[in-house]
Amino acid sequence: MRAPGGPEVAAGEVLLSVENVSLSFGGVKAVSDVSFDIRKGEIRAIIGPNGAGKTSMLNIINGFYQPQQGRITFKGEARAKMRPHEAATGGIARTFQNVALFRGMTALDNIMAGRTLKMHSNFFWQLLRHGPAMQEEVEHRRSVEEIIDFLKIQEIRRVPVGRLPYGLQKRVELGRALAMEPELLLLDEPMAGMNLEEKEDMSRFVLDANDYFGTTIALIEHDMGVVMDLSDRVVVLDHGIKIADGTPDEVKRNQAVIDAYLGVAH
Amino acid sequence: MLYREAGQFKTSYASDFAVFPILQDRIGIAIILAVAFIIIPLTGNDFLVNAVMIPFLIFSLAAIGLNLLTGYTGLLSLGTGAFMGVGAYACYKLTTIFPNVNIIVWVIASGFFSAAVGAIFGLPSLRIKGFYLAIATLAAQFFLEWCFIRIPWLYNNNVSGAIEVPQRELLGVIITGPRATAQTRYYIVLVLVVLMTWIASNLVHGRIGRMWMAVRDMDIAAELMGIRLLPTKLLAFAVSSFYCGVAGALMVFFWYGGSEASVFNINQSFTILFMIIIGGLGSLLGSFLGAALIYILPIVLRFVPPALGLPLQAATVEHITFMTVGILIVLFLIVEPAGLARLWLIGKQKLRVWPFPY
Amino acid sequence: MELLYQIFVDPFVQMATAPDLFVQTLWEGLVGGMLYALIALGFVLIFKASGVFNFAQGIMVVFAALTLVGLYDAGLPAFLALGLTIVVMFLLAFTVERAVLRPLVNQPDIILFMATFGITYFLIGFGEFVFGGDPKVMVTDGLFLPKGAITYKALGGIVQLQKLDIVAAVTATIMVAALGIFFSKTRIGRALRAVADSHSAALSVGISLEQIWVIVWFAAGLVALVTGIFWGARSDVSFALEVIALKALPVLILGGFTSIPGAIVGGLIIGIGEKLGEFYWGPLVGGGTDAWFAYVIALVFLLFRPQGLFGETIIERV
Repeated sequence: MRAPGGPEVAAGEVLLSVENVSLSFGGVKAVSDVSFDIRKGEIRAIIGPNGAGKTSMLNIINGFYQPQQGRITFKGEARAKMRPHEAATGGIARTFQNVALFRGMTALDNIMAGRTLKMHSNFFWQLLRHGPAMQEEVEHRRSVEEIIDFLKIQEIRRVPVGRLPYGLQKRVELGRALAMEPELLLLDEPMAGMNLEEKEDMSRFVLDANDYFGTTIALIEHDMGVVMDLSDRVVVLDHGIKIADGTPDEVKRNQAVIDAYLGVAH
Repeated sequence: MLYREAGQFKTSYASDFAVFPILQDRIGIAIILAVAFIIIPLTGNDFLVNAVMIPFLIFSLAAIGLNLLTGYTGLLSLGTGAFMGVGAYACYKLTTIFPNVNIIVWVIASGFFSAAVGAIFGLPSLRIKGFYLAIATLAAQFFLEWCFIRIPWLYNNNVSGAIEVPQRELLGVIITGPRATAQTRYYIVLVLVVLMTWIASNLVHGRIGRMWMAVRDMDIAAELMGIRLLPTKLLAFAVSSFYCGVAGALMVFFWYGGSEASVFNINQSFTILFMIIIGGLGSLLGSFLGAALIYILPIVLRFVPPALGLPLQAATVEHITFMTVGILIVLFLIVEPAGLARLWLIGKQKLRVWPFPY
Repeated sequence: MELLYQIFVDPFVQMATAPDLFVQTLWEGLVGGMLYALIALGFVLIFKASGVFNFAQGIMVVFAALTLVGLYDAGLPAFLALGLTIVVMFLLAFTVERAVLRPLVNQPDIILFMATFGITYFLIGFGEFVFGGDPKVMVTDGLFLPKGAITYKALGGIVQLQKLDIVAAVTATIMVAALGIFFSKTRIGRALRAVADSHSAALSVGISLEQIWVIVWFAAGLVALVTGIFWGARSDVSFALEVIALKALPVLILGGFTSIPGAIVGGLIIGIGEKLGEFYWGPLVGGGTDAWFAYVIALVFLLFRPQGLFGETIIERV
């Protein structure tokens, strides 16, 4: 296991880049020769019609899928494959398209679970739930409470997440990802299935996370309005190939992008 | 009215983290412990202690062990019987080779042997899950059972293949062997079970418990969060087998007084599994409730019908037990998959607002 | 050195010097394997069609056999007893569907798996209650099953094939072929495969889950009955059969849970492997290796090829 991190990356510098990455499942090419980068401190949107390979792209960055070709450079270190554990210790966190919360646990426990990597008290103290183990729980509870305040989910701390409405579940999932204090936050359709109000709330949270916590964000999103408002730069994928890369305005006017979406604007 | 949290505020995170934050719960636990430690030994007859309380505690311990693995971590295991056996035989060998060391030390030590074996047979969980893993645990069950029979060294080359518990003492009191009293044995088992339950509770309420439950609920998300799956699963196997091993050693040394390999067969594995299914997967309380129900059921069947004038043969009792357990399993899985423990929680919820319906 | 010789050389020497014994052992392994395969077949039927892993398949074999023998011993002529047993197996399928499968539709697979533990225990208790726990003798003459053996003088010695075993092998082959055709060629067969993939999807296209489940559990019950007849005829009908039936699980691992040919191949490999292993290598470790041999093979497969020889590769998506 590599030591977490690498050299500190200054704002504006490239935090993560994928180069010529290709991924196939059996005969199906999910991603073909895609290259783009994500700069520290920015909000990068990945958009494209269904089946474009967006989630696969996130999964590659995360280490869940291993690409057959290409390189991933994260914080200055290039590698052919990213391992999930490397990604997590390196500071990459994510949310999932179909909310991947731990259904048997409460909202609080889910977010506390996000702190696992930062908890080191050894097994002996865990057995006694005393001393260093208890101190750690309290200390991390403090950080988690900050996140709970930030996301305004105080009332539902002790509710088993399976019982929460969809919008709140997505918020808890965001909280869990934020609990990892990630340098790079991957959001897979964070607004899916939300009404206008919920979307506004979520957009606010995303922007605040970027501002307040300084988190670099890569998000997949279908709602064009959200993408245009939130993101600094946009990558457009279609059928696994990159067809555009630039600021929201540039991408909006790109003919290939318009064709891919058949001119449908939200 | 009685069971209210109103007025009980927590002023620190530490107190909020307490396992029993509600005062009434703490009182309840204190009462239970008082009954267990004081009232039962004083008032209970030998039968109650010997045939009901001691085995109930031992099965609860084994149920906790399996629950840690299957209920909390989501790894279905059918090898519980064999892991209990490892503990029993390890304890037997240790105490016959080193008779002067305190037997309780060896009971705990045998848990470590069990833990090691459990971890080894847990290695396949790196690659396989769900009922495929369950089948791998069957390999453990049958192979270890075979070892108990075919390795004469384990039972000191005794011709009958069985082991007999030698007499051992603690501070001058005889605690194992035919001359140990039921009271003495009960106390030893009670202290160990209470202690180990407390430790299990500490584990599941902290970081490790969260890791286990994360692996159970969504192992992919857990992995992507940085939780390393194999060490977490192996820890679950090890701790679970430790508990089962100690339970096995207690079973032979403090209850049966002796044993043979067939005690730790696949039927034993299923019995413990049914205890946690009915009691509640992922609940320590459920382990106790399930053990109580499954263990007490045949006892009730053996004594109640004759008392009501309906004598039943021993074989029939067994048959009815099997049928009832089978039906209960299906019933609980349909109606309340979270078992008796959830029913208990729901009951408490209702108590919270009693006598008002909302 | 001595040990290495005993493990790697001696058994093969024995095989070569007494080839008739080798063939005999091979044949017996084959027949045993065939019977494991039949039990595995019952599993595959139910799993392929409903996604449920029916742990109770083994006890269904015992139960079917017990019912047949019970009715016959009560005085019914053999074929009437057989007919009634078939009715009983249908009732069993119907009850299981109503009482267990229907209430648990859409629950995760592991819950259904555990429910089949409940069914197993219930049938053990019920079977013992109704029929008693002593071993029974299977009906053979009444069903026109042959007795005796065919003896060949071959390979320097004698090879004996029990006629019953030959009939069993033939019957099993016919059954497997018929089921294979049923699944791939008929409309109901395809509907069954749809159900296995997704209950809710099948429901949404109007496939009647209840009917399909009853059909499939009944079919598995018939397979169990045939297995029970042949197995019971070779040794007695007793509950020990239930534990032996657990060996079908390693067979499934080898063959793949959804493959009918896989169940056969897996069964034969396990049956033959187990027999040869015990006969030639067993004495080295004190015998009884057939208690765990199958499971260890399954374990090895699980580690390197979890989908078995013929099963479908499992792809996980996020």
